[in-house]
Amino acid sequence: MEKINAELFTLTYGSTVRQLLIDNEENVDAVNVQLDKMGYNIGIRLVDEFLAKSSGARCRDFKEAAEMIAKHGLKMFLGVTASVSNWNADNTECSLIMDDNPMVDFVELPEQYSNLSYCNMLCGVFRGALEMVNMRVECWYVRDLLRGDDVFEMRLKLLEVTAESYNDED
Amino acid sequence: MAPRREVAESCLEFLYIELVQSYERKDAECAEKGDGRASRAALESIGFQVGQQLAERYTIDRARFADHLEVIKFICKEFWSEIFRKQVDHLKTNRHRALFVLQDDRFRWLRHLSLPAEQTSNTEAVAKYLVFPCGLIKGALSSFGVNCEVTAEISEDARKPTQCSFEVRIK
Repeated sequence: MEKINAELFTLTYGSTVRQLLIDNEENVDAVNVQLDKMGYNIGIRLVDEFLAKSSGARCRDFKEAAEMIAKHGLKMFLGVTASVSNWNADNTECSLIMDDNPMVDFVELPEQYSNLSYCNMLCGVFRGALEMVNMRVECWYVRDLLRGDDVFEMRLKLLEVTAESYNDED
Repeated sequence: MAPRREVAESCLEFLYIELVQSYERKDAECAEKGDGRASRAALESIGFQVGQQLAERYTIDRARFADHLEVIKFICKEFWSEIFRKQVDHLKTNRHRALFVLQDDRFRWLRHLSLPAEQTSNTEAVAKYLVFPCGLIKGALSSFGVNCEVTAEISEDARKPTQCSFEVRIK
């Protein structure tokens, strides 16, 4: 995996968020939706690269997929890891907890953007990537460093496991 | 300042490709209302801001540039190496030094684009991916007080699909 200095990526992401705020006339909710959408489009493309570069990685279920994202996916792309916790009883919902994320370096949110989910693109990426491995999920932030919390906590909820479109049992 | 850290280069590529494509979709929607060009300005503006911020970061400990040519040389060497991971291959200028052409024979940001098979439409297909880097260069130059327009062209030689020239017109 080729690496670059994070600042170019971080500033490009920041400038993107700023432009979306302008495009949407400061409507923060619309920007959150837009970021998620863009992330989804990225996720469905990015999963191929992830699977190609992490040879042998197979997830049998949602629990393994969550661990795979937290330990390998985030590491491979953003250079950070998350811990997976707060599972519900039937293992369909969990939290990914990150105490660091290069996307928010040099970022401070002005007060009028307190409802902006600045890193919402990441939710979309998870949603898109998981959909490509047949797991339809919802993803949202429950804690956010930029909104005064001490960590990022992303909630990941499995909605449905869709049918395999091919048979890879043998 | 935070320590230099790294992310996968593909993070930037995915973001940048999605930016171009999402604005393209938006243009298509707006075209029906007769306003299909807004995205170019938005993409350029995103690049402009990034270029401005990066140029400031890269020159914190540097003496002021004496003239436009010195600024352009900095862009061709240090700035290009930081962002596009190689230097500009050829620099040309006119007698009055109001026009500079920066040619990169293997422009890094074009290497992973999957383009339509028919060669004739490539120029247009690629052009939209060059708006953001044009903004980036314009933003960097503006942070050194150089007010200009930047446009880009790709090579028409099919054997050099990533060869690309940026034209800087000083205002």
